[in-house]
Amino acid sequence: MILLKMILKNAFRRKVRTGLTVLAFAIAILAFGLLRTVIGAWYAGVESSSANRLITRNAVSLIFPLPLSYYEKIRHAEGVTSVSYGNWFGGIYISEKNFFANFAIQPETYLGLYPEYILPEDQKEAFLRDRRGFVAGRKLAERFGWDIGDVVTLKGTIYPGNWDFELKGIYRGRTQNTDETQFFFHWQYLNETIRQTMPSMADKVGFYLIGVRDPNHSADVAREIDAMFRNSPAETLTETEAAFIMGFISMSQAIIQVINVVSIVVIIIILAVVANTMAMTTRERIGEYAVLKTLGYTGLHITILIVGEALVITFLGSLLGIALTYPAAAGFKQGLSAFFPIFNIERSTIWYDLGIAGAVGFAASFIPAVQAVRIRIADGLRRIG
Amino acid sequence: MDKQSSIVEIRNVYKCYYKGDLVVPVLSDITFDIARGEFLAIMGPSGSGKSTLLNLIAGIDRLDSGSIVIDDVDISTLSETELAGWRSGNVGFIFQFYNLIPVLTAFENVDLPLHLTGLSKKERREHVEAALNMVNLTPRMDHYPSQLSGGEQQRVAIARAIVIDPAILVADEPTGDLDRKSASDVLDLMDRLNTELNKTIIMVTHDPHAAERAHVIRHLEKGEFST
Repeated sequence: MILLKMILKNAFRRKVRTGLTVLAFAIAILAFGLLRTVIGAWYAGVESSSANRLITRNAVSLIFPLPLSYYEKIRHAEGVTSVSYGNWFGGIYISEKNFFANFAIQPETYLGLYPEYILPEDQKEAFLRDRRGFVAGRKLAERFGWDIGDVVTLKGTIYPGNWDFELKGIYRGRTQNTDETQFFFHWQYLNETIRQTMPSMADKVGFYLIGVRDPNHSADVAREIDAMFRNSPAETLTETEAAFIMGFISMSQAIIQVINVVSIVVIIIILAVVANTMAMTTRERIGEYAVLKTLGYTGLHITILIVGEALVITFLGSLLGIALTYPAAAGFKQGLSAFFPIFNIERSTIWYDLGIAGAVGFAASFIPAVQAVRIRIADGLRRIG
Repeated sequence: MDKQSSIVEIRNVYKCYYKGDLVVPVLSDITFDIARGEFLAIMGPSGSGKSTLLNLIAGIDRLDSGSIVIDDVDISTLSETELAGWRSGNVGFIFQFYNLIPVLTAFENVDLPLHLTGLSKKERREHVEAALNMVNLTPRMDHYPSQLSGGEQQRVAIARAIVIDPAILVADEPTGDLDRKSASDVLDLMDRLNTELNKTIIMVTHDPHAAERAHVIRHLEKGEFST
């Protein structure tokens, strides 16, 4: 009990130094937490993907379309429960800086394959009835202040012209990891229009979305689908939704690695800062430790005092850092919603933050504690006066 | 209690320090006894080895050869942990600069050695209050060292030294940092501890006035006792 009291009182003897160290630790934890959240945001699509969904695309590249005629063949493949399709539209709303994902989809089947998009029944019916209708995610609608009935114009980049749509529904995500920033409209509307303006691009889809009965047999289903179109003018590549998204992520793997390295460097820097603080603290108190040893306190007691003080500093810094991470992440979420539709602090990040506090506390105080324990009492007492 | 039986038996003690390759002898073949209940003053010039001798007797330094037996325990054979345990129950320390823990109150400083005993909180409180009462500091038990004068701090240090009821008190220049009045008060207190509680006191001092209070004065020069 007396040791705990001394640990707490010692930790705040040099208020400015302790305060600055706690602040530095908090900032490091904040940076670490944000960097981990950015990495988590990158992988959010993978985590929210379903094992029941496969995606079929052109084997050469995603930018090459597939014939609509594949639809029926895929639908009859063994183990397939449902098939949908869509095209990346790439429309711009007012300005390029207002980026969001927009897709032309086959609405009945597509929404059926994404039960995590919760759309009120009346809105869904209204959307299905109107080929110029579209549905938007809750966050997207909030971002631009759209209400049901609003007409939104997208400027086509792949498909030229101004495209008018009427908002028929706003979906919500079933979980916090569901992307609520997407824009879906009728593939039929796109196809009918380009049949007149760009006939060579008509009746083609960017990808097929496939529901499978048993996720354990996804590989077999994918193999069967790809085998159907082998040696055709448009061979297919079928993979799970997670693998499909990972394909995108792998393009930015180098950036993710850099972020990982930076987050580790941040921890190493703060380890050095705390170690320096503990070295100074221990040097100042070496006489007091000698007095305690004189009174019969052992090396273990001295170690507890030093390590305990370091842990008080690092855990305070960690808690402050965690508290700061939430508003900071909320700010990032708002500013980067176009790039990271899902930007949530994962629980594992908080555990990491606390784990780092423990690890840094121990590591930073290890050498000072060893020095304090090893110093001869007579030498320690000589430092007083 | 037999005042004349030896409580400390020092035999052929050698101690040297190393400065790089240089060996600096500090104590050479020191042999003497200290009787139970004796008030001994060790005097000598700086560097004569008196503080080193005190540290060896108190078990906070290691001798190179010889033996020191205190109350039938040869402390030169004890391990560091055994020595720490022995110190916590047998020796009270009084330092020149008081050496109180600044973040603890007078009460908590005196209580510090008792945390290593198996006493209950209530028993500890009784012991601490008795010790503080002995040094007339009961009203200031909740003050921090920085709120006390030098003399008061030294009295707290004395209370901390006696709270475990040790057989031996070692004092290294206990009046070296005090004004004359405070020094006299501290010496009076040490006198009382010796006469009333029969504590064996071994005091290192430069101060002839302090040494006058002792029953026996030994002069150390260049690591040897002078006659």
